[in-house]
Amino acid sequence: MRKKEVVAMLLAGGQGKRLKGLTRTLAKPAVFFGGTYRIIDFPLSNCTHSGIDTVGVLTQYEPLVLHSYIGVGSDWDLDRLDGGVFVLPPHEKEDGNNWYRGTADAIYRNLHFLDQYDPEHVLILSGDHIYKMDYSRMLHYHKEKEADCTISVINVTIQEAKRFGILNADDDLKIYDFEEKPEQPKSTLASMGIYLFKWEVLRRYLLESASDSESSHDFGKDIIPLLLQHGRSLYAYPFAGYWKDVGTIQSLWESNMDLLVQDPPLDLNDPFWRIYTRSPNQPAQYITQRAILKNSIVNEGCMVDGEVRHSVLFYGVEVGEGSVITDSVIMPNVKIGRNVRIHRAIVNENIVIEDNAFIGPEDSSDEIILFDQESQLHARI
Amino acid sequence: MSRLIGVINLDHELDQLKELTYFRCGAAVPFASRYRLIDFTLSNMMHAGVHDIALFIRRKYRSLLDHLGEGRPWDLDRRRGGLFILPPDWNDPTDASRGDLQHVHNNLDFFHRSSGQTIIHAGTQHVNKVDIEDVYRYHQEKNADVTLVYKPIDQLESEHDPCARLEIDENGRVTGIHQEQDHHNIYLEMFVMDKDLYLDQVKHCIAHQDNHFFRDAIQKNPSGLRIYAYRYEGYHAVINSIESYYKNSMKLLDQQQYQALFQNQPVHTKIKYEAPTRYTHSAEVDHSLVANGCTIGGKVENSILFRGVRVEEGARVSNSIIMQKCVIRKGAVVENVVLDKDVQLSPDRTLIGDIRVPYVIAKNSVI
Repeated sequence: MRKKEVVAMLLAGGQGKRLKGLTRTLAKPAVFFGGTYRIIDFPLSNCTHSGIDTVGVLTQYEPLVLHSYIGVGSDWDLDRLDGGVFVLPPHEKEDGNNWYRGTADAIYRNLHFLDQYDPEHVLILSGDHIYKMDYSRMLHYHKEKEADCTISVINVTIQEAKRFGILNADDDLKIYDFEEKPEQPKSTLASMGIYLFKWEVLRRYLLESASDSESSHDFGKDIIPLLLQHGRSLYAYPFAGYWKDVGTIQSLWESNMDLLVQDPPLDLNDPFWRIYTRSPNQPAQYITQRAILKNSIVNEGCMVDGEVRHSVLFYGVEVGEGSVITDSVIMPNVKIGRNVRIHRAIVNENIVIEDNAFIGPEDSSDEIILFDQESQLHARI
Repeated sequence: MSRLIGVINLDHELDQLKELTYFRCGAAVPFASRYRLIDFTLSNMMHAGVHDIALFIRRKYRSLLDHLGEGRPWDLDRRRGGLFILPPDWNDPTDASRGDLQHVHNNLDFFHRSSGQTIIHAGTQHVNKVDIEDVYRYHQEKNADVTLVYKPIDQLESEHDPCARLEIDENGRVTGIHQEQDHHNIYLEMFVMDKDLYLDQVKHCIAHQDNHFFRDAIQKNPSGLRIYAYRYEGYHAVINSIESYYKNSMKLLDQQQYQALFQNQPVHTKIKYEAPTRYTHSAEVDHSLVANGCTIGGKVENSILFRGVRVEEGARVSNSIIMQKCVIRKGAVVENVVLDKDVQLSPDRTLIGDIRVPYVIAKNSVI
């Protein structure tokens, strides 16, 4: 096997509990976004555009949809003879235990996969962020700094900082301190969960961490602090583009709404950085004489007879006469009857909404409603 | 049903769609917002489980080849069989074959190697959703030598003029094939025939210096074949002129026609990775078909927009067909027009064609 300069490892096993019903039967990276995509399309497309042709996708929670979605990777141009995309579920070994205990453990348990390519660097990605990023630039930076580990960072607000791994770096961006989800953040430089390691260094620390029974086998909690403790050279790589962690109903909704502003910060129409996705193959959208469409994104396969304002419609959505959809995200193949009102809601895929229904928050609450199979059951009672 | 071998023969399809077929063959003409005409034929074959398809092409096939690739969207990228795109290649000086018979004669290997025993032959000018499996069942039931697919048309239009008509007796047997223009049974240029019989007939035609398989072997029927007719009632459009192209495209804006073409089974086409379409605050769209990747800030009515079209704020598009990646700038007005791919309409320009004879603008023009 040819030696690879860099191999990407995409952590896609997360359940995404805070996405509630959206992740009941699928892993978080398979959650829909932006009218046609799934979250995992972003890191996969980024890899392709960055010239990374070997990607391991580590799955664990509800992997069926994810596995069949990725297939042989041809939609992302990752069906390569030398390399390509590999789905890596947890597997039993001689020592028996088979679930990934943490992010670092997941990589550790796929040492053989990485060893066969003997890469110089390993790029760790997560499957729950929406962003477009050229990893080859990060690699260039990483090599220039001769870093053992480079962490991609973004500036967040001090309120948000508690949710992230926060790091402190000197003027040269050399990291001297890292805290995972700190109560009292010392800075606003947040880790994007994108790590680029020298494989030789990472390999050693993975082995060390694996044999440590105290360790939680996590990059943020264990590996990074250990590297810092041992005086390894860690650098921050500042990223300035659009980046969103879509871990909650609220943030998933916000991220969809971010596409609806004029000149959106995340340009999905850039012909040089297409986000690849598995095509649902639907006919053109049919807009009737009565339809009104404003500030919205609508996919093929939709049939719109009502009013859609400031909303995102995935493929195969039908909007009946007299229905009004505002500030909402409608997932694939939702059939909306007549005179329905949907406001500030995410409607999960394949749901049929009866005539005259109202879906939205009570009164003036600015909560985002998730309408899924479960809420439908409640509605019937 | 891998017993079927598909043959798509473009030899008799004239490229009469003016600017749209200057540089591409009819089969590659974009249709219905995101497809090319050949997609409908390929999808019908795909849904009948046809794994081996020979495509006989002769001219202007660059864009067709680009569209088809190795046939993946139609599940034709097979280890064995799949899509065989067969351009003309004649090296044999003793070869006496002429016309469309040349294609078969020079590609006999394709027919011999395929495990299929029955030919399903089709063109691309008749857009339809024929259930080929059903035609095949009928063909077997009738124990026919050849089964022709036809549709009875109540309202004959000018595009039907060049079409062949079928005379059928009460048992469904074809008693005559002609072109009398007031006859309603329009032949869809689609037939089913046993492979060995087909190849025998080809050999026979070549020996008799014939040059047109359908006319010389089936229509004239010198061998006394048992020819049956399969009646089809679903969606059907003949695309053989700009007028018929425009008229039948516009008919898709009728919800029933749209559903007749797209419901039940999907139509497959080359995969693109366009983002969904964006409607801005100033968009006013009604009664239109819109593909992905468009950005619409202006007014669009009774129109068909292909992928990646931009209609800027203050522009107006009505009764028009706008192909891939066209840009209609601020204040421009487009009415009764067909814009081929990549046309740019400068701000405040007005283009108005006749509703019966739309104005066609060639690919890449800047106006």
